[in-house]
Amino acid sequence: MMEKDQNKTSHAILSIENIKVQFGKRCILKDVNIQVNPGEFIGLIGPNGVGKSTLLKVILGLLAPTAGNVCIGGKTARKGNRSIGYVPQKLYLDPQIPLRGRDLVALGLDGHRWGISLHAKERKKRVDEMLEAVDASRFADSPVGLLSGGEQQRLLIAQALLTEPKLLLLDEPLSNLDIKSAYEVVQLVSRIGHEKRVAVILVAHDMNPLLGVMDRVLYLADGKAAIGTVDDVFCSDVLSKLYGYPVEVLHVNGRIMVVGGNDSGMNGFPLESNCCDSGAES
Amino acid sequence: MLDAGIFTQSFMIHAWISGTIVAVLSCFVGFFVIVRRSSFVAHALPEAGFAGGAGAVLFNINPVYGLAAFAVGGALLIGYLGKKERNDVVTALVLVTALGTGALFLGLTNKYATGAYSLLFGQIVGVSSDQVFVTAVLGAVCLLFLAFLYRPLLLDSVSSEIAAVRGVPVRFIEVSFLIVVGLAASVIVPVVGALLCFSLLICPNAASVYITSNPGKALAFSLLFSLVDVWASIVLAYMTGWPIGFFVSMIGALLYACARIFHCIKIHAFKIKTTDCTVVY
Amino acid sequence: MRNIFNLIFAPGFFENAQVINALLLGGVVAAISGVVGVFVVIRGQSFAGHSIADFGGAGAAVAFLLGINTLWGFLGFGVLSAVGVELMGRRAHERDTATGIVLSIALGVESLFLFLDTHYTGQSGAPMLILFGSIFVIKPSTVPIVIGLTVMTAIIICLIYRPLLLCSIDSDLALTRGVPVRIVSLLFIILLALVVEEASLITGALLSTALLIGPAATAMRLTHKMGPAMLCSSVLGMLAMWLGVVLAYDSYLWPPQGRGWPVSFFVCVLILLFYLLGRMHGTIHRADKVSQSAEVITNA
Repeated sequence: MMEKDQNKTSHAILSIENIKVQFGKRCILKDVNIQVNPGEFIGLIGPNGVGKSTLLKVILGLLAPTAGNVCIGGKTARKGNRSIGYVPQKLYLDPQIPLRGRDLVALGLDGHRWGISLHAKERKKRVDEMLEAVDASRFADSPVGLLSGGEQQRLLIAQALLTEPKLLLLDEPLSNLDIKSAYEVVQLVSRIGHEKRVAVILVAHDMNPLLGVMDRVLYLADGKAAIGTVDDVFCSDVLSKLYGYPVEVLHVNGRIMVVGGNDSGMNGFPLESNCCDSGAES
Repeated sequence: MLDAGIFTQSFMIHAWISGTIVAVLSCFVGFFVIVRRSSFVAHALPEAGFAGGAGAVLFNINPVYGLAAFAVGGALLIGYLGKKERNDVVTALVLVTALGTGALFLGLTNKYATGAYSLLFGQIVGVSSDQVFVTAVLGAVCLLFLAFLYRPLLLDSVSSEIAAVRGVPVRFIEVSFLIVVGLAASVIVPVVGALLCFSLLICPNAASVYITSNPGKALAFSLLFSLVDVWASIVLAYMTGWPIGFFVSMIGALLYACARIFHCIKIHAFKIKTTDCTVVY
Repeated sequence: MRNIFNLIFAPGFFENAQVINALLLGGVVAAISGVVGVFVVIRGQSFAGHSIADFGGAGAAVAFLLGINTLWGFLGFGVLSAVGVELMGRRAHERDTATGIVLSIALGVESLFLFLDTHYTGQSGAPMLILFGSIFVIKPSTVPIVIGLTVMTAIIICLIYRPLLLCSIDSDLALTRGVPVRIVSLLFIILLALVVEEASLITGALLSTALLIGPAATAMRLTHKMGPAMLCSSVLGMLAMWLGVVLAYDSYLWPPQGRGWPVSFFVCVLILLFYLLGRMHGTIHRADKVSQSAEVITNA
């Protein structure tokens, strides 16, 4: 609907056309369109429960859309696609699990293969390089279960990048991190995206940590999507139309707040968790 | 106390061979039991297998077949019912149903059920050469299957989300693992007994994860521990005539306690500087 | 009419004092197991419940060797192990392995003492008695003790019902509301031990989990309200128990001649049957609600 992309399908790494997802009578997503180009950093933003995870599942091929097409590198989305790297929100591990950081990363290389690994040397070399790339060599030999959220997140990113994907999906990587770690993870993802020409889709419920690095933003609300640059999407007209309810966008010290309200924004209530509390969610 | 017979008598040679096979097998299977936090399944399947063994005794079949049938059957049932229910509830239900059937078989056996009781408590001296052969074959099958599953199983244990995205057939992996545990149980039970099969699966690995977090080294340590555990238990059981399961569990618990103490000392002595370490302990 | 009656209840059923005892005890224990079981399922403590029973078995084996009433062995070791499990596995992630290690020690001790029982008392039936239950040979003097303990358990459950429920559903929330979560948890696991060990006396150490988990899991398939779930779970437990006793009594007339089939067997099988039926009912019920969405997904 409010799509705004210059170059069409030809070299888009991900193209979503008119998809619709419905559970029973409940419509989760409708008319979502987006083309993602190589190396682009997209923030997938929206309040909780708005269908962000559903959209991810569709891209990952875990859920077939009710209607519409999803293509990755020109091919229909399917499970186990090596050109997508996936970073889950959080690991649930015992502190005593006998697994070091590097073992977790190595699973990213060949964890889906049957049998035991036979190419120990080459495997180690690639894992070491990747650990270096995400600046995780320091804690590569510590038990995974004892690492902090930010450290685990780095390892998970390394794990996802080992198969040299064209598209990196991160599901709410910032929601369990303190402000500093969140900032570092965003910088890391942005840097790697540019270096390796990997398109990034990062899911978050707060757009502020991503403001400097996002090329475009995909905003979901009420099952509908708006896509464009930050300035295009975060304006009162676009979001009000999306929510079907008057919404104000406030700019405070370079940060953005979305608040709902009738005629004046100031007595509205925040629709979006904002500026300074990105770490307080957990 | 120790006479040369412990190494020369043919039934003791059988005991040493099958004990060693069992130790190796339980070390590798137990590793995943600990990583996947499936202690309850590791406890339930051997006892379910015991019921089958008791049935086999009743009908005069080789107990191993009964064991394998019930342990693997129990694994499949847990896998099937576990789709839509909390795993521990399903495991408990399967366990008690199998045991109830076992109680029936035991109750119907007219003769004094030595065979069945030795399945419960372990019978190291009664292993025949045929049984050694069956143990070796089943053990090898189990290990090969586990080696085949190794990487996807590990990935699934760490994050089934990533595994699913990578196209790993998660359900298949989970049920396969249950079957491996069931098969392993049917090998281990005739040697150390249904009640304590579990101990051999849990203790060496629970101990080794306190010593190292390198998976390779952890496996090496738990192999060492389970071999020590089984061999020492064979010697002690031979000397005292008491059930081998008792020694297996006691030595296992001792190893676990030592590993935890070692871990505490290491933490305090070296003050490992990983961010969370000091908080967690 | 008389014939049908005799077909269901083998002759002498209601004149037999042992049978009356069994019905009474079985009913009481099944009822309380049903109530406690609902909490156990909610709190995810099936494994702990089972381990406590096994630990009790070790105690019973010791008591048997010393010639004391096995009930005291069951209760003593059961309560001790319950406290042990609760204190050792304070953090949830440690609980699985902690329970496993405690259980493994318990089983080791149990197997040693069962061995010693058969060795020194010369009674080869000891393991059978302790592991698989003996409802027909319970001393009449045990009955008032069990009933007394059950009534006490029921009263305490009533007293701590609401805080316990809150702890079971969300312990953090309970903590902020000022509920002493640790104490409530400890109290509950002790009650759990009492109930499980009473059940162990009847169905045996290995099988008391059946009465605890089975009816509760079934009831929670049928209803999502706490009160009705507890009621339903108790009724199902009692039903399974009584049917089990009747069938076990009848089975003296079945082949092989002169050997009764164990009560535990019937109870376990009936409970599994109830659970499977409950599950089927639950599935059909839910299928109505989700059928449409399922359709959409399969079409896509």
